[in-house]
Formats: sequence, structure tokens, C-alpha cells
Amino acid sequence: MSAVAIEHLWMGYNGTSVLENISLEVTTGSFVTLVGASGCGKSTFLRLLLGAERPLKGRITVDGEPLPAEPGPDRGIVFQRYSVFPHLTCLENVVLGLDFQAAPWTGRLFGQKRREALARAEAMLAAVGLDGVADALPSSLSGGMQQRLAIAQALVLEPGILLLDEPFGALDPGIRLDMHALVTRLWRERGMTVFMVTHDISEAFKLGTRVLTFDKVRRDPQAPDAYGARITYDLPGYNRQEG
Amino acid sequence: MRRLINREPGRLLGFVLAALPFVLLVVIYLAASEARLGLNPDDKLLPSPAAFMDAIHRMAFVEDQRSGDLLLWKDTAASLQRLLSGLAIAAALALSLGTLIGAIPYVRTTLGPIIAVIAMIPPLAILPILFITLGLGEVAKVALIVLGVTPVMVRDLAFRVAEIPNELILKAQTLGASTWQLLLRVVLPMLLPKLIRAVRLALGPAWLFLIAAEAIASTEGLGYRVFLVRRFLAMDVILPYVAWITLLAFTMDWLLGRLNRRLFAWSERA
Repeated sequence: MSAVAIEHLWMGYNGTSVLENISLEVTTGSFVTLVGASGCGKSTFLRLLLGAERPLKGRITVDGEPLPAEPGPDRGIVFQRYSVFPHLTCLENVVLGLDFQAAPWTGRLFGQKRREALARAEAMLAAVGLDGVADALPSSLSGGMQQRLAIAQALVLEPGILLLDEPFGALDPGIRLDMHALVTRLWRERGMTVFMVTHDISEAFKLGTRVLTFDKVRRDPQAPDAYGARITYDLPGYNRQEG
Repeated sequence: MRRLINREPGRLLGFVLAALPFVLLVVIYLAASEARLGLNPDDKLLPSPAAFMDAIHRMAFVEDQRSGDLLLWKDTAASLQRLLSGLAIAAALALSLGTLIGAIPYVRTTLGPIIAVIAMIPPLAILPILFITLGLGEVAKVALIVLGVTPVMVRDLAFRVAEIPNELILKAQTLGASTWQLLLRVVLPMLLPKLIRAVRLALGPAWLFLIAAEAIASTEGLGYRVFLVRRFLAMDVILPYVAWITLLAFTMDWLLGRLNRRLFAWSERA
């Protein structure tokens, strides 16, 4: 269960305003897509949800509890680039989260526990269609496969919220379609709440149950950074939350 | 005719071009040596090849009259032991301090400025202090190497930590990593190839400090020998020693480069 509530959120950096007075209620299992021009604050909004930054004013709650002040295993993330660890094989990349959960001092599981974790990681790799390349290094994979790996890695701890920061922005159109199908399937199977930033409006409507557009309502031509962006449209997407 | 910047030599020509400066150097030396020896057969500045062979034979394969040692090997062992101890201590310090300074803001704020200042102290200027406080033995020489190369390595590695994409640090936190786990499984492994590179770059300064320390207070070592025989203008010993030191340094650099490619294939491709 991961319902997200955002109340009167303001964000900016020394003098410039990025987001102003954002309020939003998102029900569990929604697929929220965020669109808007470059620099409109949608990525900042995602970083606030991640806990990588603190809002100036306002608060974010998840199921009524205030959002922790730093990233944690309840919120998975996939970035456009640099999402997987280059020094670990695919399988090690996925098993890493399980290592962190159960091995506080060695950072790595051993023996029977490691075998169980590896089995779970292998199942996760299979779920994203990467079962054949478990022992390959990420640098030997294509861009699409690297993003599949990043998704598998983010989902192995079964987070309630999945954050996607333009995850398919660098991929070919054909590969994108495959990734849309993959993400939709995983989202439905797992009942996660998904927030996805994208530049592609058709992608936003296709994947989202809810599409939010970010834009500046007030503009001061003398001081372009004086006012931040708000949510200008809150539209239903074409995707449906099914069984 | 293609532009010069777009033309590359082939394999064979490349080899010939690379060998050319070496051959040229040898030819120039031999000609100059012959000319000087022709005027004065006792000239010591540019010895003949035969004199070099004789000196090498004497230093490497004939026991010294006084001590009964094979001097070249004894000097090499003494110098390498100092150099490698110094580099090992410096690498360990640089890896631990560099990681902490690069990854933990509190440590960076506390230690960053002092390391930056220490890095600016000319190490040879504090050599007298080392000799006074640590004595004239091995410790002072190793300490000079450590003090000379560590600050630069620490700063280099701290910068390399900062170069790790922030996405990866955030990602590790979403996988539940504690600070310790993050350092252990993400930062340290990603830093190891950079450490080897830092050691390679430190080889030059390390040899410099080693030879400086040996020249001033020592009873054995490559640097000691070179400065000792300088009193007799023994170029026939000095030049082979310099060539030997160069070969040792070059070999270490080459081995570290191979080690990096062997152990950290991911780093070469990324």
C-alpha cells in the first residue's frame, strides 16, 4: 500500500523558484506520468519523492507517514543513465539489494542465504527477460538491456513506489515499445505506485493512469526564475489498473 | 593527400619510428665517446661500451673486496624494499583517506584543508626533520616516500570518488545500503582501478624521494651508490645504474598497467 499525499510543496534554490504550491493526492497503484518542458521542475519533483532533496515548504506523506529524509528501499528508482553498477555482473547488480538487506557488516551474503538470494535475483532477471546474460557486465549490454537490468535491480526489494526518471529517453523507438509492455506488466503484477518523468507526451498518456503537466503559471520577463512551476493539467491517462 | 592529423603509421613503420630516437641516442653517444677517447684514452666522462661491460660485470657478478657482497643486487634489494614499503603504506593511506574524504562530507570538511596544505609542503624540505626525529635508518627514508606521494594520491582519489555518478550513490541508497555498505560494495571497488593508476603516477616521485634520501644518508641502495661513485667521476658505473633504475621503474609501471587490465576489465570498457 503506497498512497502518496503532497501538501503545499514549494521548492527552489537560493533565490530561484522551481516548484510552487504543489498539492496532490495519489492513490495506491496509480501510474502517474509527469510531463512538461525542460527545466520545468518535473525531475526536481521526482528527486523530492526520492528523498534526495528536501522541500523548502510543504510536506510529502506516504500512507499518512512523513516521507523519510533520505532515499530508502521503499522507493525504487531507475534513471536515464548510470542506473546500474559497472563493476558488478548483471546477477550481482540484482542481488546487491538483497545483500544490503541481510548482511549489514559484510555487505554480501554467504552460503545457503546467498544461494537463496541468487535464486531470487535470477527469477527477477527472468521477469525482465535477462535470464541469458546473468554473468555479463552491464557495459556489454545494449541500452535497452541495461534499463531492463536497472528495473530488475530496483524491483528486487519489492518497493511500494517506483520512480522512473526518463528511463526510456535514450532508447530506440522499437525498444521503447518493448519496455512499455514490460513496465506495464510489472506494474500490474506488483500493484506498485509508479511516478514516471518523460518528455514524450504520447508515452505519458499510453502508460499513465494519470498525466500531470508541469508549467509556470506566472512569468516575470525581468526575472525568469522568480516563479516556479505548478501542475497545470491533471488528466486521466489511457492505462487502466487491472487485476 | 589526406591531412596530417588523419594519417597514421602502420605497424612496422610505427615500430621503426618508435625505435628511431633510441637508436639515434646510442649512435650520438658512441660517436661522442669515441671522439673524446680518441683525444684522451683516460677520459672518464663518456666511457666506451667495453668500460660499461667491465663496470657492470664488476658491480653485478664480482664480490666486493671489502664487504664480499654483489653490490648491484644488494643495492637493488635495499632500494626496492624501501620503495615498495613506502608505496604500499601510501596506497593504503590514500585509499582509506581518499574514500572517506570523497564520500563523507564531515570528513571532507575536517581533513580536506589540512591535506591540501600538507600537499604543498616540499617533502625534501622536511627531510632534515625526518632524519632528526626518526634517525638515519630505514624508517626516515620510507617516511619521506610516504610523505612525498600520499597527499597527492589522497586528493586524487577523493576527486575520483566525487566523479562516481550521483545516480549510483542514490541507487545504492534505494537498495537499502548503509554508509558502510555503500563504501564497501560501491565506492571501494569502483576506486581500486583508480588507486592502481594513482600508484603508477606516483612511481616517478617515489623514486625521486628514494634516491634523494639515499644520497644523503645511507650505506647501501641504488641512489647511495650513484652518489658515492660520483666522487670518482665513475660514469661507467653511474650510467648503467641509471639505466637499471629506469628499467625497474618502467617494469613496475608496465606490470601495474597489466594488473589493472586483468583485474578490472569493467573499468576499461565503461
